[in-house]
Amino acid sequence: MTSPRNRHPGNNGSTSPAPPGAGDIPGSGPDNGKHPAVTVRGVSHVYGNTQALSEIDLTLSAGRIYGFIGPDGVGKSTLLGLIAGAREVQSGDVTTLDGDMRNARERSRTSPRIAYMPQGLGKNLYMDLTVRENLEFFGRLFGQKKSERKQRIDRLVTATGLAPFTKRPAGNLSGGMKQKLGLCCALIHDPDILILDEPTTGVDPLSRQQFWDLINDIRQSRPTMTVLVATAYMDEASRFDHLIAMNDGVILAQGSAQHLLESTDTKNLEAAFIALLPEDQRKDHQELVIPPRPQSGDKPAIEAEGLTRRFGDFTAVDHVSFRIEKGEIFGFLGSNGCGKTTTMKMLTGLLPASEGKAWLFGEPSSGKDLKMRERVGYMSQAFSLYAELTVRQNLDLHARLFHLPKDRVAARIDDLSDQFGLSHYMDDLAEKLPLGVRQRLSLAVAIIHSPEILILDEPTSGVDPIARDDFWQLLIDLSRKQGVTIFISTHFMNEAARCDRISLMHAGQVLDSDTPDALREKRGTETLEEAFIAYLKEATGAQEKADDQISQNNDDTTLSLAGTGHSKGNSDPRPQSNNNGETGNKTVPGFSPRRLWAYSLRETMGLLRDPIRLVFALLGTLILMPVFGLGITFDVENLTYAALDRDQTPESRTYLEGLAGSRYFTEKAPIRNYDEMERRIKSGELALVVEIPPDFGHKLQQGRTPEIAATIDGTMPFRAETIHGYVQGIHQKYVADHALRETGNTIAPLPASIQTRYRYNQDFKSIYAIVPSVIALLLVFIPAVLMAVGVVREKELGSITNLYVTPVSRFEFLLGKQIPYIALGMTNFALMTFLAIVAFGVPVKGSFPALLLGAFLFVVSTTGLGLLISSFTKTQIAALFGTAIATMIPSVMFSGMMQPISSLEAGPRVLSMIIPTSHFMTISVGTFTKALGFMQLYPQFLILALFFPVLTGLSMLLLPRQER
Amino acid sequence: MMNIRHRLENIYRLGIKELFSLRQDMVLIALIIWAFSFAIYTAATGLSHDLHNASIAIVDQDRSQLSMRIQDGFQEPYFKKPVRIDYSQIDRVMDGGDYTFVLVIPAGFEADVIAGHQPEIQLNIDATAMMQAGIGESYITSIFSQEIRTWMGGKTQAAAQNAPSPVNLVLRYAFNPNAESAWFTSVMEIINNVTMLSIILAGAALIREREHGTIEHLLVMPLAPFEIMMAKVWANGLIILAASGLSLIFVVELLLQVPIAGSETLFLFGTMLYLFFATALGIFLATLAQSMPQFGLLFMLVVLPMRLLSGGYTPTESQPQLMQWIMEFVPSTHYVTIAQSILYRNAGLEIVWPEFAMVAGIGGLFFAFAAFRFRKSIAVMRN
Repeated sequence: MTSPRNRHPGNNGSTSPAPPGAGDIPGSGPDNGKHPAVTVRGVSHVYGNTQALSEIDLTLSAGRIYGFIGPDGVGKSTLLGLIAGAREVQSGDVTTLDGDMRNARERSRTSPRIAYMPQGLGKNLYMDLTVRENLEFFGRLFGQKKSERKQRIDRLVTATGLAPFTKRPAGNLSGGMKQKLGLCCALIHDPDILILDEPTTGVDPLSRQQFWDLINDIRQSRPTMTVLVATAYMDEASRFDHLIAMNDGVILAQGSAQHLLESTDTKNLEAAFIALLPEDQRKDHQELVIPPRPQSGDKPAIEAEGLTRRFGDFTAVDHVSFRIEKGEIFGFLGSNGCGKTTTMKMLTGLLPASEGKAWLFGEPSSGKDLKMRERVGYMSQAFSLYAELTVRQNLDLHARLFHLPKDRVAARIDDLSDQFGLSHYMDDLAEKLPLGVRQRLSLAVAIIHSPEILILDEPTSGVDPIARDDFWQLLIDLSRKQGVTIFISTHFMNEAARCDRISLMHAGQVLDSDTPDALREKRGTETLEEAFIAYLKEATGAQEKADDQISQNNDDTTLSLAGTGHSKGNSDPRPQSNNNGETGNKTVPGFSPRRLWAYSLRETMGLLRDPIRLVFALLGTLILMPVFGLGITFDVENLTYAALDRDQTPESRTYLEGLAGSRYFTEKAPIRNYDEMERRIKSGELALVVEIPPDFGHKLQQGRTPEIAATIDGTMPFRAETIHGYVQGIHQKYVADHALRETGNTIAPLPASIQTRYRYNQDFKSIYAIVPSVIALLLVFIPAVLMAVGVVREKELGSITNLYVTPVSRFEFLLGKQIPYIALGMTNFALMTFLAIVAFGVPVKGSFPALLLGAFLFVVSTTGLGLLISSFTKTQIAALFGTAIATMIPSVMFSGMMQPISSLEAGPRVLSMIIPTSHFMTISVGTFTKALGFMQLYPQFLILALFFPVLTGLSMLLLPRQER
Repeated sequence: MMNIRHRLENIYRLGIKELFSLRQDMVLIALIIWAFSFAIYTAATGLSHDLHNASIAIVDQDRSQLSMRIQDGFQEPYFKKPVRIDYSQIDRVMDGGDYTFVLVIPAGFEADVIAGHQPEIQLNIDATAMMQAGIGESYITSIFSQEIRTWMGGKTQAAAQNAPSPVNLVLRYAFNPNAESAWFTSVMEIINNVTMLSIILAGAALIREREHGTIEHLLVMPLAPFEIMMAKVWANGLIILAASGLSLIFVVELLLQVPIAGSETLFLFGTMLYLFFATALGIFLATLAQSMPQFGLLFMLVVLPMRLLSGGYTPTESQPQLMQWIMEFVPSTHYVTIAQSILYRNAGLEIVWPEFAMVAGIGGLFFAFAAFRFRKSIAVMRN
């Protein structure tokens, strides 16, 4: 659409020798005095030992559309991430729209003008939010007010045809719609540069076409906008003004599609790309030739009739039927999520069919037939081998699980490793292998038992064209030479074209099945892609109208899309800065409550829609509070004892009555002899044994001070010592009573006595101390764990990118995320206080406002602790256990629950001062049981109040502002 | 079709694979090592359950020889050095939890003792310090009696014989003569970590396979779900068994110098029975959870109660009756009893067999249930 006006320097500075024609692009004068949109100078990037980019130089001018082509893992995404400011620049210069991407201030100044859609379907979207909620979220991040947001969102969803689906959760959208939503979110703030990383990978061809039409419309209405696109589909790359072919972290060549084809003397871009590769990578490559398949009259190897699978309301596979002959290569072509994988799982018996039937070799397929499994090889979508085993171990394991004869295992492994080119890698861990080699290993493992049917689910996604051709060569050999039936799924058109027959799949249905040529002829189209699009349009007959509507709308709304920021007919009444092509966005510098609120709202909705987290958040306390409250008890009661009374006199029985009358002890059947005594105490049945010697009564009467032996089970020392105290007390009482009986006098054993006052807890019931402590314990545990998981989730799911590329600051992000969890913590506090008072009967004797304020400060601190941990952990599971260990152990050990803080020694004492739990525990126990208020507890309040600024500050320091 | 030998070989091969997989997971290995060495050591030496460093303040209004003497009676390591405070400070220091015990010796105390007026001294105890209050009281009472007796002994002969006891009580602790808490906490920490790690290891092994898609791979092979589960059970169980055995010998016996009374072999046999239950529990939880984080949350909800209520922390007989009945059905309770009976009390199989039977019985039932869940869950796996 735009003719090449500007000059684009080649990769003259780059390291690899430029293939013919790469440097000298025909073209065009200097930059019209305009600044280039993007300048990249000498940029290199390393992940661990992998060189992702080396010495990249690139200048991109404004208003054009650039395509970055090349297979996965060549550095496209890294480069785009650097340009978008999402990734930290390691070396070299990146300037995007005059902003130096190494400089945080310039980055945040420029970020409102950049829109970035990361790789992966809807990677920066929130799948649990609806279409509108997602758009609202992004609108808030860019500081748009409610009325403005509504206006913009309405225009965008109308223009993209998402209007009827605004209430649908993003997770339930089809791949194509997810990408449209991603685009809407990217466009909500009228960016000057739009960066799309593989926006159409895995999307059906019709949606792909619509997507590119949409981009064209947008570009027409906003001619100054620069668009950068990375793609793995060579065929769609020809749409772009200018292509940048990348491999192994360097730019192979750049120029228009026409130019690349001419300079390599090839007919299509895929061939051009292969021709551009360095000599040593393409030397063994040959054009793939598929020999014709001999017709066989055998009965079909695979047959399906009305195969259907439903998940709840959703029909994943809808009455699919097909017949695959022996030795045939049969392809399933369709977008992600159209039911290819589900169909394959039903064939293998991994999933039972809801309806319909499938036969393998004429026998009904079921998961139970182990014998049948020996005739089938399956390679699932993901790399499904043990990444932590070596190549040899993987092959060996599978050979043995299929029970290959022992003497044949080694030979078979050798054969396969030769045939599949794995010999060099035999002792490497599978996870260390290059992608293409891994795929070959997967195939080798799948056929180790020489199956007759091979089911392959998207085996080549992400593999470069040469490796893909190698892989296909293996498949062709299997099919043509060994007569293996191959059932393969793909979303690459050119792969589908290699199959003997294909089924076109869409939304769970097979649109048609035939040879690729026949399909093209039936629709009268030149390419398979066009044929597929024609089928799709026909199949979605009802939707076709809507599609027309959409394109109509597209035409209508091109202006209004532009109008959101620029057009003079802007209905938005507020003035907009429009100097020098900058956007009309009012991105508030400094702190913005709206951006903070965007995150709070998003987090609240996410939490409410995740049943397991919600259950943990609310039921967690309801389950754990009684368990802890009743389970952690220091009351020592119901102690079992038995007597070995070898005297059997009234005197001995009187002595034993003391024990029998004690509320702490429960008497068990008397012991008859030492053997029995030993056995019963060893079994743990008895906590105490009292042995009275044979001449007890006699000696007592004579005043000869008989001796009684009490043996306490010392297994649990705390219990043993408590029993010790009880027994001594009972003994003292006996002595006093005895004196009273004998002399009629109360005699004091000592000339002075101790009067004990149990303060705060007269009954000395541990519940009064434990329940307030448990509240503190659970308030540190549950909110911190949930908080930590909440932030790390964004890292794992990829939506953390929004922090990197939008104007939201770390403070807004952190506090925004924290607020819902503070509310959650306070809800838990209310629940537990209610339980404490009503169910446990532990009243708040002191000041309730003090308790409430303490709980608030404490929850703010504990969620802050969760934030701190989540700011440096990378996975949810690490955050989870890290937080659990970091909160539980110090809280149980050093917060005064087990041992009073006053008894702790130096190290633990210091630790107890720097964890918030000990301070709140003092407040909780103080207000509940000790009847205290603000006056007595103010030091704890002061310290607790300090945690928030300290923890938030640390979290901000540790949370990366960019991806590394 | 599938003969027993093939099945056993499958279980063996898959188990070996588990071991190889674990070898690559440095985080889990670090966790296992930490849990069975440092964690045991810190638990044993860090927190003492007996009276240790109790803080005591004394309001000495008498300032006599006797009051000084009582004050000197409070010795480390049971008590910190007593601190003198004023009467007016009592409320403040106790409210703030500065001291657990405050002893008030009234003016004229010594004189009253000599005069035989039976004076009283007051002991204030912070009864929210549950672990120290009760034991501390008996310590203080006995220190007090002893100091007075010795002091009186120095004064008058008669006073020393003030009250000749008609009966002597000789108390002794069986199995742990000095009631050292490290003996208890070290072994109980092993028990706790056996439970914790076997659940994590087995559950994580299943979730890892599911997340990597390798479980599907196994399911299309001629393998029964039972074999897949059994392989995880034996491989992960074996690691825990070995780790707990080594920890018992090297950390508990050698490093912490805790004498083991009974047969370690018998204990390890009990552990093995228990591991069937614990690993099955891990697999069961993994079938409930969709992802590793969800597994983590479920794990916490299950493990914390098991840890606290099985008798490894606090005496079970003090729990409410209902809770005791419920815990009867949780094998960890019996496993704690087995450990205590064998390792401390030198009980033999003739004594602990009922516990063994309970662990095996309930564990077996649960194992069957988990195997059933496992089969069902992989039948409906969507991903």
